[in-house]
Amino acid sequence: MTPTPNTTRSPFSDTETAAVAVTVAELSKSFGKTEVLKKVSFNVEPGEIFVLMGPSGSGKSVLLKHVVGLEIPTSGKVTVDGLDATSEKTRQQVRMALVFQAGALFNSMSVYDNLALYLREHRLANEAGIRAKVMRALQILSLEGAVKKFPSELSGGMKKRVAIARALVMEPQLMMYDEPTSELDPVMGATISEIIATLKEQYHVTTIVVSHDRELALNIADRVGILMGGELIFIGPPSELRSPKSPRIDDFLNPKIDLKNPRFKQLET
Amino acid sequence: MRQLNRILEGFGSTLQLLFRSLSFLPTLPRQFGRFIEQCYLIGYTTLPIVAILSFFIGSVLALQAGYSMQNFGAKQFIGSLVGLSMARELGPVMVAILLAGRVGSAITAELASMKVYQEIDALETMNIPPARMLVMPRLVAILVMMPVLTIIADLVGWFGGAMVSKYTGFIAIDPPAYFAALRRFMTFEDVLNGLIKAEFFGFGIVLVCCNIGLNTRGGPREIGAAVTRAVVTSLILILVLDYFVTKALMN
Repeated sequence: MTPTPNTTRSPFSDTETAAVAVTVAELSKSFGKTEVLKKVSFNVEPGEIFVLMGPSGSGKSVLLKHVVGLEIPTSGKVTVDGLDATSEKTRQQVRMALVFQAGALFNSMSVYDNLALYLREHRLANEAGIRAKVMRALQILSLEGAVKKFPSELSGGMKKRVAIARALVMEPQLMMYDEPTSELDPVMGATISEIIATLKEQYHVTTIVVSHDRELALNIADRVGILMGGELIFIGPPSELRSPKSPRIDDFLNPKIDLKNPRFKQLET
Repeated sequence: MRQLNRILEGFGSTLQLLFRSLSFLPTLPRQFGRFIEQCYLIGYTTLPIVAILSFFIGSVLALQAGYSMQNFGAKQFIGSLVGLSMARELGPVMVAILLAGRVGSAITAELASMKVYQEIDALETMNIPPARMLVMPRLVAILVMMPVLTIIADLVGWFGGAMVSKYTGFIAIDPPAYFAALRRFMTFEDVLNGLIKAEFFGFGIVLVCCNIGLNTRGGPREIGAAVTRAVVTSLILILVLDYFVTKALMN
């Protein structure tokens, strides 16, 4: 069953909820004197995969934290489904899940308890119902074998998959991934990209991915934004990135290793 | 000036955390498991060291008192001296200092590492306030365990004093005489006084240590710095609170 457009389908039942849109309007953020984001504006349409690319330190993760309301903008506004992202009410009304870069699994809990925590704390099901949901989420990500393990016993790729499963249990209307493929080998990186695309295909979840993985962006994104030095310098479909017009973007996506004139010796900043 | 700013900021965030945690008090029944776990960690695992320490505090009190009192024949008051000092001052303060070192540091280390490894952020995005899940059960647990630990410290301390009084040559006071003196000048109010102080200390330590842990920023190196800060702040807090609560209770 394919979900109708503009609705998000639950992985656990046939219920559908309206897919949410995200609007970032003139968002600026400074930490002390450093300006990390400079008047960034873009929209994420309901049910699309938006990939935000950019070099390390360009403010991608900070931007993501604004969407979940972990950071407060210096100026500008972020709205999720029309609601102000900084308000606690938004988090109660819209189910948002963020998959952290290092997974951020609760180290003192088993994989099962990591997934069950959200359901238990919000009393969304009885123990049998929780068990069914947790096992289903683990099954979607082929993780049934890890159910009793602790995060310290998992490999990097498995940690990321458990983190995605934990987010999935929340039946999110908005899924966010912070560098989902970094620190993984190319095959595991491709696997994670496939998972992200599958979740979007099957459940029609609005998805924001922060990454500098070119393969991921070119293959699964509906639209790509490129953030450099706190400014959004490109926004458009990934097909436009195959032959980028701007030399800055070209150099970021297809860097040539030049030993005669190495980058680290060029005076920058 | 910046130092002052930081102190005021810490004070403010601690109060904020206090009110937030208290507002989650109604969720205690369904977090009963967590509360019991914290009682175990705070109370039960601290018990042996509390017993050892207070035994020797009581002993050395009796020894010093016996030594200085033997010259003017006031040895029979050793029991009252040990009893009153333990109940009113040394019991609560020693338990609090132990708690700062053993429990406070562990709380800060745990919460700081959760913060540094983004587990706290993950809780926030899951709409589970850390104050509800991590702070409130600990605060209630310390309120329940602190009087228990203090009473045990008092009893063991008195017993230590009695042992030393009996077996030290130049004191040689039998336990019945020692405990008679202990009872003669001491009222239940003295013990209660100490227990009230202990509650203030314990609650303050846990609150401060939770707050410092939750406000850790930066990398893993900051965890160690946060623990040091938490223990030092707790120790200062104990001694400052001690003076003011004692004074308030005297009126």
